[in-house]
Amino acid sequence: MATMTDPPVEGFRLSQLIYDTRYRSMTIQVVAFILIMLGLVWLANNVVTNLQALGKDFDFGFLGNRAGYDINQRLVEYSNDSTHGRAAIVGILNTLLVAVLGCITATILGVFAGVLRLSKNWIVSRLMGVYVEGFRNIPLLLWILVIFAVMTEGTPQPRDFRGEDAEASMILGDSVAITNRGIYIPNLVFNRSLGGNEVDAETGAVVASQSAGDMILLLVVIIAGFVASGFIGRRATAIQEKTGVRPPGTFWMRLGAVIVPALIVLVALGATLEYPELRGFNFADGIHLRNSLIALWFALSLYTGAFIAEIVRAGIMAVSKGQTEAAFALGMRPSWTMNLVILPQALRVIIPPLISQFLNLTKNSSLAIAVGYMDVRSTLGGITINQTGRELEGMLLLGLFYLITSLIISGAMNIYNNSVKLQER
Amino acid sequence: MKKSVFLGTLAASALIAGAASAQTLAEVQERGSLNCGVTTGLTGFAAPNAEGEWEGFDVGVCRAVAAAVLGDATAVEFVPTTGQTRFTALASGEVDMLARNTTWTFSRDVDLAFEFTGVNYYDGQGFMVPRELGVSSALELDGATVCIQTGTTTELNLADFFASNNMSYEPVPIETNAEAQQQYLAGACDVYTTDASGLAATRATFEDPSAHVVLPEIVSKEPLGPLVRHGDHEWGDIVRWTLNALITAEELGVTSANVGEIGGTTENPEIRRLLGTEGELGAMLGLEADWAANAIAAVGNYGELFEGNIGESTPIGLARGLNAQWTDGGLLYSPPFR
Repeated sequence: MATMTDPPVEGFRLSQLIYDTRYRSMTIQVVAFILIMLGLVWLANNVVTNLQALGKDFDFGFLGNRAGYDINQRLVEYSNDSTHGRAAIVGILNTLLVAVLGCITATILGVFAGVLRLSKNWIVSRLMGVYVEGFRNIPLLLWILVIFAVMTEGTPQPRDFRGEDAEASMILGDSVAITNRGIYIPNLVFNRSLGGNEVDAETGAVVASQSAGDMILLLVVIIAGFVASGFIGRRATAIQEKTGVRPPGTFWMRLGAVIVPALIVLVALGATLEYPELRGFNFADGIHLRNSLIALWFALSLYTGAFIAEIVRAGIMAVSKGQTEAAFALGMRPSWTMNLVILPQALRVIIPPLISQFLNLTKNSSLAIAVGYMDVRSTLGGITINQTGRELEGMLLLGLFYLITSLIISGAMNIYNNSVKLQER
Repeated sequence: MKKSVFLGTLAASALIAGAASAQTLAEVQERGSLNCGVTTGLTGFAAPNAEGEWEGFDVGVCRAVAAAVLGDATAVEFVPTTGQTRFTALASGEVDMLARNTTWTFSRDVDLAFEFTGVNYYDGQGFMVPRELGVSSALELDGATVCIQTGTTTELNLADFFASNNMSYEPVPIETNAEAQQQYLAGACDVYTTDASGLAATRATFEDPSAHVVLPEIVSKEPLGPLVRHGDHEWGDIVRWTLNALITAEELGVTSANVGEIGGTTENPEIRRLLGTEGELGAMLGLEADWAANAIAAVGNYGELFEGNIGESTPIGLARGLNAQWTDGGLLYSPPFR
């Protein structure tokens, strides 16, 4: 009679937590978790105790108080009677403005420089090499300060434009003024603005003005035009693939889809250009691109562009040389080869590091403080903190803002990356 | 159980760390030097000279406190701070005191939890413009571009002044006085505004000071004085009474030249108490009996300090004005030493 023996039931001993590999990793993780939590509790407790010792409390109420200071560049309504919270929003928009402008120019610059650095033309490739190495290896802050100093010291003051034989004059048919306070360019204004127009009391003439609605309408129409243009293009391609003949005039139809509706809107709103004009101490009217914005924008673009150029170069070099040779064998022009064969494949390598560069540029925009550009670091993280003494709260909000912005950029770029990456089956 | 003991220990150690901030005097004496927050450079008030030694009116206050506490006016570590970093530096304990053209305001005293220990300069905000602009009054500045140091009371006053006079302006925010000076001279702003004393000090460093005018309007009260953290009253008393000692010394005719012997020879009991030859005032502060004598010997009395650094015989050329003794029609008035 065969007896079945049960496998021996081992009792669980405490020492197994250390010596048994099945449990050891768990033990280590639990211990580490407890230690980290204790560390965090200690830090939080330390903060609370020290704040108490300093006689301070933890309160975000200051965001609702009157700010009392002025901000020169504001994309939304703001005056010194507004709240600290609104000042923070003005700063956030200024940060986003310079980040978006910077990302666009840096990408364009980077792609051009990266492609040209691989050029067979010795001078072109070396020039790009000098650009890339020059900007990559010198701190960003220096470039911001250099560009700002050149703009401030090297351009005329507004009062040099005054008088009969002025030392300086406006360029492009008296429409653009380059001064040491920034560049004044003509502004688009409307005689039949959606926000309503004022009428000059003396002459009875309509004063051209602009509301946010005008610009949004114009933007929507232009974007719709591009969508329609893309639709026409896809339809033409479909017909071409079916019949072998591309419908005639497709190019003009696509162009018209973008331009005609925009023109209609401009005429309907009675668009005119408002030229900058020297009045009092400064130029008035027109759009004022402040030196601080220009310096920050250019420096960020040039600096990040140099890094993007290297990423683009690496991406292109990652595409097998056989692809180029095959394209040439088919008789494709070098420019077509680059645009249709090499770059689409290189994108898969380029996009992931490009995300980091966009994040870097956005975060580096906080160097704005060096040239007095009123970004969120200067408003919420600078003046507000200084006037209210709420360092901890302000810095937490600032950190939260940069974190959220970075996550959004990263998320959006990852969606794009998923759409261009190699589809494996 | 163990955990709560652990947390309790942590909390206790944190409390001790908190309580330690109430012993600045002991810390300074143990360290052997005073950490004093000053500006990053404003000629006459606080700036390094050609040898790299800090000198000026505010620096004198730091040195006087060091002399009173340590008996050595050179035992000072000067920490340059900007308008934005100064309060953090003080609150975090990086400096023991600030002597840096800081305006005594309600919210700084109460909400930021600092203690102003007196006024060493009664000031007001003014405007400076290039003479060739032809501006003679601040009320003609509508539309001007104004350079302003950020995080200061002047920034807030400026907004109020232009708003209340229904004028507009374009602020150019700047971090330090040196940057503001450079921007102003390059013409990137039409106007530079800060405390009138700061304007005078800045103008004195220009190549051609006469090409710039300080407009007559004074648009605010700016009582500037040294400050310390809330919660350490002994230390606050030391800084307050060191400043008062300098003011009283001028009132009573005690100078850096006669401070050595006058304590022994004078019949005036207040001078004797001030200089420690009578009474226990030094011991009440936890200092040596000759603390005030040391301070006066190191930097001179208030008048000497003023005349030597920013007075009419210096390039900065400030008149005593409001900063004269109360006996001369000014606002300087020290509580008595008794």
